[in-house]
Amino acid sequence: MAISFEKAFGMHPEAMLVRDRRAQVLAENIANADTPGYKAKDIDFQQALNNAKSRQSGAMSRTHEQHFNISTSSQYDTKFRNPDQPDTGDGNSVDIHRERNAFMQNSLEYQASLSFLNSRISGLKKALTGGGQ
Amino acid sequence: MSAFKIFDITGSGMTAQSVRMNTTASNIANANSVSSSVDQTYRGRHAVFAAELSDAKRMQGDDSVGVKVLGIVESDAPLNVEYAPNHPLADENGYIYKPNINIMEEMANMISASRSYDTNVQTADAAKQMVMRTLRLGQAN
Repeated sequence: MAISFEKAFGMHPEAMLVRDRRAQVLAENIANADTPGYKAKDIDFQQALNNAKSRQSGAMSRTHEQHFNISTSSQYDTKFRNPDQPDTGDGNSVDIHRERNAFMQNSLEYQASLSFLNSRISGLKKALTGGGQ
Repeated sequence: MSAFKIFDITGSGMTAQSVRMNTTASNIANANSVSSSVDQTYRGRHAVFAAELSDAKRMQGDDSVGVKVLGIVESDAPLNVEYAPNHPLADENGYIYKPNINIMEEMANMISASRSYDTNVQTADAAKQMVMRTLRLGQAN
């Protein structure tokens, strides 16, 4: 049986990339919870994962140094969140509790992927060393 | 790795909240600073926040939006003018001028700033855990 790292890890490496990026977007929301006019954003996980899996970076090759690099911007589409309540007067649409819960859930899912990878790696190690260190 | 950028973001949030806390502290400390003219009276100060998107970063497609303090504005609410002819700082007409600060408002502001600061700290902490666990990936557990 051939050991394939691609197959062994499944979609988890890509999922972790998206979770990582989503953690950043949620942290931005939390940091800007008191900023007037700031709109809460989030990543469409399903779509971002599909993009990451198909490695559809949408990168254009740059033949001149003044060309814009538009590679990764389309990879993780951030979208504005629909606010749960009407505008409170300062144009800010961050619901801090919602963001904190989303951040916690996101980091738990990240860690779930991590522990999956960890157990996969230790399984592969065991297969490679024959179980006896 | 985006998790490293979280530290920049929460850092900017913490800075902004501590500036806000600072203005609140000076407002509360000066709430009873009396003066004898309109010009010399302390006025409530408030920090103005804005989302900061670094242009240099946006070009690279990995934008991160932090918070920056645009500036500190003085409240132009009317001052509290009191008739107190026996006060040592009273002007020739017997009036003293007190700052336009509402202590209750400032206390609520302080609690809000401190909560937001806490939230940023906790976010950074969670990001740190994510990074630490990722660094330990594949090691004996």
